[in-house]
Amino acid sequence: MESILQFITNNQQIIYIVVLMIFLGIEVIGRVPSVLHTPLMSGANAIHGVVIIGAIIVMGKAEGENYLALILGFLAVLLGTLNVVGGFVVTDRMLEMFKKKK
Amino acid sequence: MDFNNLLTLSYLIGSITFILGLKMLSNPATARKGNLIAAVGMAVAIAGTIFLYKDGEGNSLHNYPWIFGALAIGTLVGFMAAKKVKMTAMPEMVSLFNGMGGACAGLISIIEFGHIVPKLATEDSSAIAGSLITIFLGLIIGSVSFAGSMIAWGKLNGKVKDFSFPGQQIMNTIMLFVMIGIAGYLVVGINESNAYLFYVILAGALLYGILFVLPIGGADMPVVISLLNSFTGVAAACGGFLYDNKVMLTGGILVGAAGTLLTILMCKAMNRSLLNVLIGSFGGNKTAGATAESGAGGATKEISVSDTAMVMAYANRVIIVPGYGLAVAQAQHVCHELEKLLDEKGVEVVYAIHPVAGRMPGHMNVLLAEADVSYDKLLEMEQVNDLFKTTDAVLILGANDVVNPAAKNDPASPIYGMPILEVEHAKTVIVNKRSMKPGYAGIENALFFQPKTSMLFGDAKGVLQQLVAEIKSL
Repeated sequence: MESILQFITNNQQIIYIVVLMIFLGIEVIGRVPSVLHTPLMSGANAIHGVVIIGAIIVMGKAEGENYLALILGFLAVLLGTLNVVGGFVVTDRMLEMFKKKK
Repeated sequence: MDFNNLLTLSYLIGSITFILGLKMLSNPATARKGNLIAAVGMAVAIAGTIFLYKDGEGNSLHNYPWIFGALAIGTLVGFMAAKKVKMTAMPEMVSLFNGMGGACAGLISIIEFGHIVPKLATEDSSAIAGSLITIFLGLIIGSVSFAGSMIAWGKLNGKVKDFSFPGQQIMNTIMLFVMIGIAGYLVVGINESNAYLFYVILAGALLYGILFVLPIGGADMPVVISLLNSFTGVAAACGGFLYDNKVMLTGGILVGAAGTLLTILMCKAMNRSLLNVLIGSFGGNKTAGATAESGAGGATKEISVSDTAMVMAYANRVIIVPGYGLAVAQAQHVCHELEKLLDEKGVEVVYAIHPVAGRMPGHMNVLLAEADVSYDKLLEMEQVNDLFKTTDAVLILGANDVVNPAAKNDPASPIYGMPILEVEHAKTVIVNKRSMKPGYAGIENALFFQPKTSMLFGDAKGVLQQLVAEIKSL
């Protein structure tokens, strides 16, 4: 019990962020019309590509002779980039179709 | 200026644009700008990381050639793939990109675990317990998301068939608990001799992802992709914990929460619960539904293209109900041509869009918009259902389950309770299908056997082209 309380105190900033972000995430898309479900999913898909930042950090820290870490890191950055770039471009293409005709 | 503060600022910008972007994405008027804003924020956060990041000892990142190489290849391939993909294949593309994100999270965990192993001999295990928990979470969630997305991708493009065996759900649940159990055991008592169990978890998570998605029917893939999407969000947030990185944390949790809600909203649009989608897949009650429905069967009536042209050209109002058949046949352009032609003849033409017509919510809107169909001709279900009563002819193009009256009047049907387009109120219903094969839910459609319904068999594009030619010559 003591250690759990200690953990919460030590990480309270992060815990606050997590809790607030959960509510914000739900609130922000709460009233989306069903027409936009697919583009919204695709947009959210691109946003979680933020995981690429972790991949860049891992890659940038890898020692030059640790080839396994270099190759895996390279792959991680590559896949993360695909997620980000592909995600945003696909979403844009979907939404391009929604523009009203003049 | 202290570069570290600048990095914090770039992350702050990233987080704010993600929130703004999601907010704007849920409104048709601002959606495109929202996507762009989030993309700019992402670029700022990525650039900040590359050039400004310092580790605990104040060292900058190195291996720049590797980083830029991967970024360049990823950008090129991602851009080309996203630009080239056909409108009908968008859903599977999203699934594929989602899988890439999951794999990225999994790989981060694998590399970070590799950094921890050499320290095991010297360090006390309790000191690294926190990192281990996030590493395992990122590994399991990321791998499940990756494997699941790949299966979903395969299902949507028809390469992977539905597959289930008795007791699969129970086995999946057991597998999940075993993985969590092993992870828990390692967190408490990891040492050099049991570190290999990490790879057992990896293999287990990949297998779990495959078995999790395999039994779920293709029609439910959008829901599954949305769910896996929120999984990947959580996996990204795990990376945020690991590096104490706020932009990964906020972005990941935001997508995790929004994605979960979106999944539930999608289920609601089909009037089903998430649990029902995940375990009570259509396959289970397919036979029951089919036999119960076949009693209502009987003979169908066929109609020729020229008769159809006649009916439509002399109608006051025609409502077109597009479905997956239209998407597969790539018939949206010729469909628009038909609409314009009828319009010139003074026939009012509108489209009835069911929220889950096609393979994804919004699929039909996107498709028809591609063919330049005006936005205000696309009516949503609530608007159009009252209109059917005063409509002369309904043309159904490759839609099936969304117009199945069983959803309203047959409690035994697996789609019972799903809101449908009430086309049977119109004077004439013409159904274009390739064959009498049932739709994605795998059930018969009593609508086809009703006296006012006529069947117009053939590929949507071919039939529409003939129809256009016929109407022109009238």
